Amino acid sequence: MVIDARNMHFKDLNESIRRSPDASIEIQNCCGQRYIGCGLSGKELQIYGTPGNALGAYLSGANLFVHGNGQDAAGDTMDGGSIYVDGLLGDAAGYAMRGGSIYVHGNVGYRAGIHMKAYEEKSPLLVVGGEAGSFLGEYQAGGTIIVLGLHTEKGRLPVGNFCGMGMHGGSIYLRAETLPPDFSERLLSREASEEDRSHIQPAVQEFCRAFGEDFETVWNACFLVITPNSQNPYKQLYAAEQ
Amino acid sequence: MQREGEIRIPSGCAVSGIFSKAGTPISGDTIIRSISVMHDRSNGLGGGFAGYGIYPEYKKYYAFHIFYDNSVSKQECEKFLERHFDIINLSKIPTRKHPKIMDEPLIWRYFVTPLPHKLSDSQLDEREFVARCVIRVNTQINGAYIFSSGKNMGVFKAVGFPEDVGEFYRLDEYSGYCWTAHGRYPTNTPGWWGGAHPFALLDFSIVHNGEISSYDANRRWVEMFGYTCNLQTDTEVITYIFDYLIRKQGLTLQEAASVVAAPFWDTIRRMPEKEQERLTYLRDVFSSLLITGPFSILLGFEGGLMALNDRLKLRSMVVAEKGDTFYVASEESAIRIIEPEVDRLWAPRGGEPVIVRLSSGTSV
Repeated sequence: MVIDARNMHFKDLNESIRRSPDASIEIQNCCGQRYIGCGLSGKELQIYGTPGNALGAYLSGANLFVHGNGQDAAGDTMDGGSIYVDGLLGDAAGYAMRGGSIYVHGNVGYRAGIHMKAYEEKSPLLVVGGEAGSFLGEYQAGGTIIVLGLHTEKGRLPVGNFCGMGMHGGSIYLRAETLPPDFSERLLSREASEEDRSHIQPAVQEFCRAFGEDFETVWNACFLVITPNSQNPYKQLYAAEQ
Repeated sequence: MQREGEIRIPSGCAVSGIFSKAGTPISGDTIIRSISVMHDRSNGLGGGFAGYGIYPEYKKYYAFHIFYDNSVSKQECEKFLERHFDIINLSKIPTRKHPKIMDEPLIWRYFVTPLPHKLSDSQLDEREFVARCVIRVNTQINGAYIFSSGKNMGVFKAVGFPEDVGEFYRLDEYSGYCWTAHGRYPTNTPGWWGGAHPFALLDFSIVHNGEISSYDANRRWVEMFGYTCNLQTDTEVITYIFDYLIRKQGLTLQEAASVVAAPFWDTIRRMPEKEQERLTYLRDVFSSLLITGPFSILLGFEGGLMALNDRLKLRSMVVAEKGDTFYVASEESAIRIIEPEVDRLWAPRGGEPVIVRLSSGTSV
């Protein structure tokens, strides 16, 4: 089924998606409609254009492919399934997700993976091909964030300020040789061990498969692993003297 | 009717802008299409637009757009205007009856220039003279509110959704090299016509998405320098901050951005020495003008446009370019609807101003 979303309100678009008996749906001319695929399971959406905020919120097993850029809060509180974005994503990508995977070919905005958490057997995954803005993994409580920085020049970092601020669980993998200059004492870091690398290898392979990147080029690089420092836990940022 | 400050409504916003560096006139209809994509970000309690380069035939004169509650306030205000200005032209601002725009005040437009003897007696420079007159009307004449006072630019605003406000003001009949737009979702106050965005003084206009927590500190500072915050809404004070920093203090736009969205001290400490010095100086001297809390703002001014986010980037903003045209919006979709194929699109960092100006030699 193909839906032409031009001038369509998000309520009508989402209702057409839910009502459709087809397992595979193509959305053309998407422009800003919110909540596409929210809570959806058992379907595959191919989205052309610019889907609006909260794409795949509460996603429950469906697979979404965006041929273009996404906006803010994609994968908000998603529980399962996958979101592939062959472009950029806005702020708060993967906000509070607790399951499933998000793959972004390009950059993500601020606060990617904020409040990401794991739940029982679920452990969410966010892979960013480009760079991430400040506050990557803010208050992260579980799951895995991988930032590849594929187009980041040598000597620069693929993340902004306050990386892992308030993080208390899960891990962040940076494809980089040096840590951010403001790296917090509340965090620990190490160069990825063989075990660490095997933990993320399937995700990087899937990223390369989905977006046609050369796996060997991406993989033959240094990865740093960031985890919370439980000996020196997070204290406040916002109310402190700044 | 209860006005701003008399009631608190606990309850987001949308901004959009377009700028032709080549000075090519853009129809007001284009900015309406852009802001209307973000309809669901506002709640019908305020919408507005600022257009630059829209009055080329009167570009030497200040264009006052005025709301009046009634004919008494109009008479009183006009008496004041006649004492201080030569009124070149006056008329009602043309509007179109619109089913969703109600309770409109009287809306008038005056093209004026200060009376030479009044101006010389005041010993003020012309822009300061005009700014003081505007503040005086807005403070002292009950029921009169000058909501636009620049040259070759104009603000159009109302209670309603922005696309309806644009139709009401017949913006499709105007064209200019720059437009900004706002859809309002008031978070603390009820919507009224004067409280809609943009807020403007002289050629500076602000549209703002966010809620600043430093309002009172900022207000106390600017009120020391002759500004009066009449509307108890945070955006008004942002307009005065920029007028103060740029027009009165002579700061560059970049410097003004470093004042209102100053980096954290921790971040400043990791910068090269010269940059540390510059930012420390600005933070020290203008500490009360740091704006805290979430904001994304568009500052329109004669010949240019600046887009700026708060330093923590608590509101979204995307910018794009296509040839000589610059686009900015709260959401990418609001850009794509008017230009599907942009050359370049990116999200500026928090506190990093994006400034565009007319190309040199462009006349509008």
